[in-house]
Amino acid sequence: MSGRATRTAGAAVAAYGRLTGMSSSPPTVGPGQRELTVGIGAGGLATSDMVLNIGPQHPATHGVLRLRVVLDGERIVTAEPIVGYMHRGAEKLFEVRDYRQIILLANRHDWLSAFANELGVVLGVEKMLGMEVPVRAVWARTLLAELNRVLNHLMFLGSYPLELGAITPIFYSFREREELQAVMEEASGGRMHYMFNRVGGLKEDLPAGWLGRVEQAISAIRRRMPDLQNMLVGNEILAARTDGVGVLSRELIHAFGVSGPIARASGVDVDLRRDAPYLAYAELFAPGGPGRVVTRREGDCLARLHVLLEQTHVSLDLAQACVERMRSLPQGPINVRLPKVLKVPEGHLYTATENPLGFNGYYLVSRGEKTPWRLKLRSASFNNVAVLSQVLPGQLIADMVAILGSMFFVVGDVDK
Amino acid sequence: MSALEVVVRALVTLVGFLVLPLIVGQTEHKVMAHMQGRLGPMYAGGFHGWAQLVADGVKFVQKEDVTPAAADRWVFRLAPAVALIPYLVAICVIPLGPHVVGAQVDAGALFVVAVAGVGILGTLMAGWASANKYSLLGAMRSAAQLLSYELPIVLSVASVALAAGTLSLGGIVGQWSPWWLLWQLPGAVCFLTAALAELQRPPFDMPVADSEIVFGAYTEYTGLRFAFFLLAEYAGIVVMSLFFTVLFLGGWRGPFADQLGVVWTLLKGLLVAVVIIWFRVAWPRMREDQLQRLAWVWLVPIALFQVALTGVGVVVRR
Repeated sequence: MSGRATRTAGAAVAAYGRLTGMSSSPPTVGPGQRELTVGIGAGGLATSDMVLNIGPQHPATHGVLRLRVVLDGERIVTAEPIVGYMHRGAEKLFEVRDYRQIILLANRHDWLSAFANELGVVLGVEKMLGMEVPVRAVWARTLLAELNRVLNHLMFLGSYPLELGAITPIFYSFREREELQAVMEEASGGRMHYMFNRVGGLKEDLPAGWLGRVEQAISAIRRRMPDLQNMLVGNEILAARTDGVGVLSRELIHAFGVSGPIARASGVDVDLRRDAPYLAYAELFAPGGPGRVVTRREGDCLARLHVLLEQTHVSLDLAQACVERMRSLPQGPINVRLPKVLKVPEGHLYTATENPLGFNGYYLVSRGEKTPWRLKLRSASFNNVAVLSQVLPGQLIADMVAILGSMFFVVGDVDK
Repeated sequence: MSALEVVVRALVTLVGFLVLPLIVGQTEHKVMAHMQGRLGPMYAGGFHGWAQLVADGVKFVQKEDVTPAAADRWVFRLAPAVALIPYLVAICVIPLGPHVVGAQVDAGALFVVAVAGVGILGTLMAGWASANKYSLLGAMRSAAQLLSYELPIVLSVASVALAAGTLSLGGIVGQWSPWWLLWQLPGAVCFLTAALAELQRPPFDMPVADSEIVFGAYTEYTGLRFAFFLLAEYAGIVVMSLFFTVLFLGGWRGPFADQLGVVWTLLKGLLVAVVIIWFRVAWPRMREDQLQRLAWVWLVPIALFQVALTGVGVVVRR
């Protein structure tokens, strides 16, 4: 009995030793560390670094991302993102599914951009088949893709302030999301995983009067966006938390393949919708069109938030333009009749799309069978999260949350 | 004071101490909800969810009381009480009306400031005893926050005491006149800001920042002990709101003060509590170092300026 008590006490002391850094070994000071000497008596207190695992279950990681950080006080010495907790073997599963089934699998990795994920697969297959897609399908896809982008951005415009401790914006952003999800659901039947794309077009035609309801939703969101925007722009504390914090240099962006709003916030002016247009984007991003690429120069958390905010407005403009165009199009089919067994001719093709969070690419290698031989998925969040190991060292824990949140990632998109 | 009177006063104070935080908590639920375009609790108790917090309490009682294996058991178990009881002691001496007070204390202002500072000790104990890294970080943040924010509070209370010429809370209300609203304004702003920080309420809630350090010192707590910490937070809001009312808003002063004095104090206190809730809805949290900067670069100088201003005012009046 007494032995057990002693062991418990010993364990407790050991735990304190780990916690507070009461180690007997002398502190080593490497680059990027600072030595803290408390001036009592002759020696001062010995300090050592603490290893803190942020995640895989942590509220700031949106799921199961794990960061292994070494802390000196509250300052981060090193940080390493450890991924794979949500690995679902998507790429391997692609190889044993036919092309219809792949769409269903492929829309899941980034669950906030399901429609955009589907697009890459069907565009690639259509191109390899040499298939002509009806013009109505092209415009409807563009419209849905932009609505999906707005949905995605609204999510982060709500969740990022939440991580900074502002609890209200998410309610405003979810009010707007609800409007959009209602029209998306009416068309596709899904609120997150639409599964509305098919090789050759869309699953079915849009409901009667749907375009009018989309227009109403867009104007309602435009009308109420200032509510959300006023909570974010010009808020002194939000600016203090994000201005100049977590600056990403252009070199880092190029080195790590960071893309999307995060890259554009650092002044990297790249957007596949304009630079390698697919769907109807060539027309929308033509001079005089409603499309424009939003960039900022600062590269800090605030700039990333502002890019997201402005992109939301641009996407609403694009969606509005699509609605107007859809109205003027003559009646016609919205998909192509497919053979019972869909086989893609032998060859390989890389299809990249500008997903809401960045480049999303599918490298499709076909040996002429009804399943791909290999379908490699390049997802945006994987690269965007990898750069954390370079940005976090030297920052405070509180800034870590601000930076992590501003990388706008989806764990499923990291782990696939 | 007879034994019966002591018992009655103690019981009434205890009931007030248990009910007022619930009222503030329910107000937070509803006010916050309506500010965010929601309804808040609507079912518990039937009428607009009035019994939500009672239901929460019942839930907390049923939860398992877990003490982590590596925890320092006694400190861990004692911490919620240490966090809660100072506010009970503080509320005893805050006068609600000319004759409505739990216990008459001559240096009431000093007493409340001294006792309220003890509450943080509970958080510190909780963070240390939990044997959890997040808890430890949270406790360290609390301690740092307390150190920097106690000074502006003390200085602004000193200013009011100087203006009234007494440390007695009843005496301060007696001396109060409406133009103090202007005269003591800088001190009032300092006091409210520092009180928010001491209560660890947004925008100064980094010791419990859920998205950073997962509720800080309270991470390992469950059930009733966790509920005590929550109760301590809301009791803290009650104490600070009433204290603010007595110091800066003239306590029970108002029309028909003789009959309605208590109502005036409670109404003004509720108003202050709603402002505190409003802060939470409107603002994100500051960073620890920004908070320290705010305290030392802005609040302390402003409070010192207020003391000087009060001194000049007192001398000129004489």
